Amino acid sequence: MKNNTILEVKNLSKLFGKNKKAALEMAKGGSNKVEIEKKLGVTVAVNDVSFKVERGKFFVLIGLSGSGKSTVVRCLNLLQKPTSGDILFEGRSILDFNKKELLDYRRTKVAMVFQSFGLMSHRNVLENVAYGLEIRGIKKDERESEARELINMVGLEGWEEKSISQLSGGMRQRVGIARALANDPDILLMDEPFSALDPLVRQDMQFELLSLQKKLNKTIVFITHDINEAFKLGDRVAIMNEGKIIQIDTPENMAANPANEYVESFISSADKGQIYSVKHIMQTPLCMLQPKDGANRALKLMRDNGVSSAYVVGEKLELIGILTLEDAIKVKKGEMSLNNAIIREILTTKEDTLISDLLSVAATAKYPIAVIDNENHLKGIVSKAAVISSLV
Amino acid sequence: MPDWFIRFPSEINVDITGPIDRAIDYMVRQWDPFFDGITKILRSFLNGIEYIVDRIPWWLLIVLVFIVTWRVSKKIGKSILYSLLLFLIGAMGLWPMMNITLTLIIASVIISILIGFPAGIIASSSERFNSILRPLLDTMQTMPSFVYLIPSVMLLGLGKVPAVIATTVYAIPPLIRLTSHGIRQVDKEVVEAATAFGSTKWQSLIKVKIPQAMPTIMTGVNQTIMMAISMVVTCSMIGVTGLGQEVIHSINKLEAGRGFAAGISIVIIAIIIDRLTQGIVKKGESRIEE
Ligand SMILES: Nc1ncnc2c1ncn2[C@@H]1O[C@H](COP(=O)(O)OP(=O)(O)OP(=O)(O)O)[C@@H](O)[C@H]1O
Ligand SMILES: [Mg+2]
Repeated sequence: MKNNTILEVKNLSKLFGKNKKAALEMAKGGSNKVEIEKKLGVTVAVNDVSFKVERGKFFVLIGLSGSGKSTVVRCLNLLQKPTSGDILFEGRSILDFNKKELLDYRRTKVAMVFQSFGLMSHRNVLENVAYGLEIRGIKKDERESEARELINMVGLEGWEEKSISQLSGGMRQRVGIARALANDPDILLMDEPFSALDPLVRQDMQFELLSLQKKLNKTIVFITHDINEAFKLGDRVAIMNEGKIIQIDTPENMAANPANEYVESFISSADKGQIYSVKHIMQTPLCMLQPKDGANRALKLMRDNGVSSAYVVGEKLELIGILTLEDAIKVKKGEMSLNNAIIREILTTKEDTLISDLLSVAATAKYPIAVIDNENHLKGIVSKAAVISSLV
Repeated sequence: MPDWFIRFPSEINVDITGPIDRAIDYMVRQWDPFFDGITKILRSFLNGIEYIVDRIPWWLLIVLVFIVTWRVSKKIGKSILYSLLLFLIGAMGLWPMMNITLTLIIASVIISILIGFPAGIIASSSERFNSILRPLLDTMQTMPSFVYLIPSVMLLGLGKVPAVIATTVYAIPPLIRLTSHGIRQVDKEVVEAATAFGSTKWQSLIKVKIPQAMPTIMTGVNQTIMMAISMVVTCSMIGVTGLGQEVIHSINKLEAGRGFAAGISIVIIAIIIDRLTQGIVKKGESRIEE
């Protein structure tokens, strides 16, 4: 098999503080982070970490705050200089790079996306995206047309001349991603890029990132402290704790065979959206009608139950559609027929759909979502409120 | 109780006046050609500025103030007020005096920027330079301003040139401080982004740090200008003509009205320049900040 490793990290350690040598010895001797910090005042941010990243794969680093994720990733483009260990890019140590090679490496091989975006507020969207090209000395019209293309790709066409302050969080991170893609790098380093975004935007961004990655065939090293995000995005996931990697595996293997309790507790902290499915939160519809019931009865039912719409079902509870209060009134006045008043294009879902998958649908739903079985029988309904409240 | 317990004993006597005097004496004698050179350069610099300032028609300056005020504040009342105030200076017969004073201020501020801006940039990146600079700036700022006049006069003689030097020394600290501060407080992630995308040190300074720090730097420029203006009267003690001299003359002759006219003119200049530069700072800020 062809060697397809693009990035290899070998026994990487990074310490912060004065007496690094002694601390490194202590760490090799098996002392843990807290002991070393107490004794020598040295922070062992990363402790003897090794891993390989395959070309075109999505590699996720996950761990609690302070476990050293950012430090590892910041070593990958030498924003931090490793205390010991080695980092190989396509088989060559990046620590051996001279000044020019390092600049080239940063300009064309690795690009970074930041948690709070790291955008330059004195530049507009276009100028931000073109930044990486600009510092390489690429001509203005050339870099701008390149930047425009990327802005389109992340769905921000029309916003080129806007200033960063006019953008929402999600849009800002799109700019961040477009900027990172501008130099067509091999590797994207993403340090909690979606942590600052609210859940729905985050879902969209995750989805778009995945499709971008598939389309452009980039290698991604992605940090998160959200196990759901890690499992959703990662081809392989590495869990870190106190500067060490505890386990590296595919999401499936990790979920099936967690290496220890730490990993297990991490996995069990997976959000409820990934565990609970529709059947946990669906309700019995309060108000069901049959076409033969007629407008008067429909109105009475809705009034008695205090609802503004009712599900219309057939003899065997097979779902037909929804009748709203307004339409029922129109039917009663003779302005339209009951048959025409029934809305037949409605959102449906199944009992075992994961709630996390229902989120984006629920956000746009006008009426409660109907839960049906394979024979199209109405089993229950899920309201938007129920979806959202199940997550908190 | 012995007397020395309460009163400071006169036997203890550290003399720093002597050495300082001698040092300056020495410099006057030994470095004379050097100071001569500086004097020549500064004098032609001042003459150049004076030449330009003198040739700006009075009405053009008033119109300019009107336009700039409008662009900065978008308030017609303010624009009219500032133009009228400037007109008032001319109406009181002080326009030529104002030109002399403006020349001095402009020259000092330009020199302050030429020196202070790079110094601030170096101070922002070098802890060592910063730790030397900080006490120096504190001293420069707290020392009574006319103390600078004495060595300036001894080294450079009377007149505008020593006045420009003294004014610069007095006015430069806020610019250095705020340039350094402004650059240091640029969002760390933004600077990091610049590095991560492969900027050289120079590129991240020019393309990211300085533009991001611009509002703070402009605040420094504003403060430097204000301090330069406040030196005007002090400088007239060494024979600089202009509005400051009017004030000194009227003190000597106890002419309150004349003193007020000149004083008010200085205040008017200060207010107009202050509001305009601050307006520019605000505009920059609203662009940079989120
Ligand atoms: N520049 C620095 N100087 C000193 N200590 C540092 C520095 N950067 C990181 N550390 C320390 O190194 C350890 C690991 O930090 P790191 O930022 O890599 O963690 P992280 O996993 O990214 O955490 P988070 O989820 O909070 O971002 C922490 O204890 C932190 O305090
Ligand atoms: Mg981090």
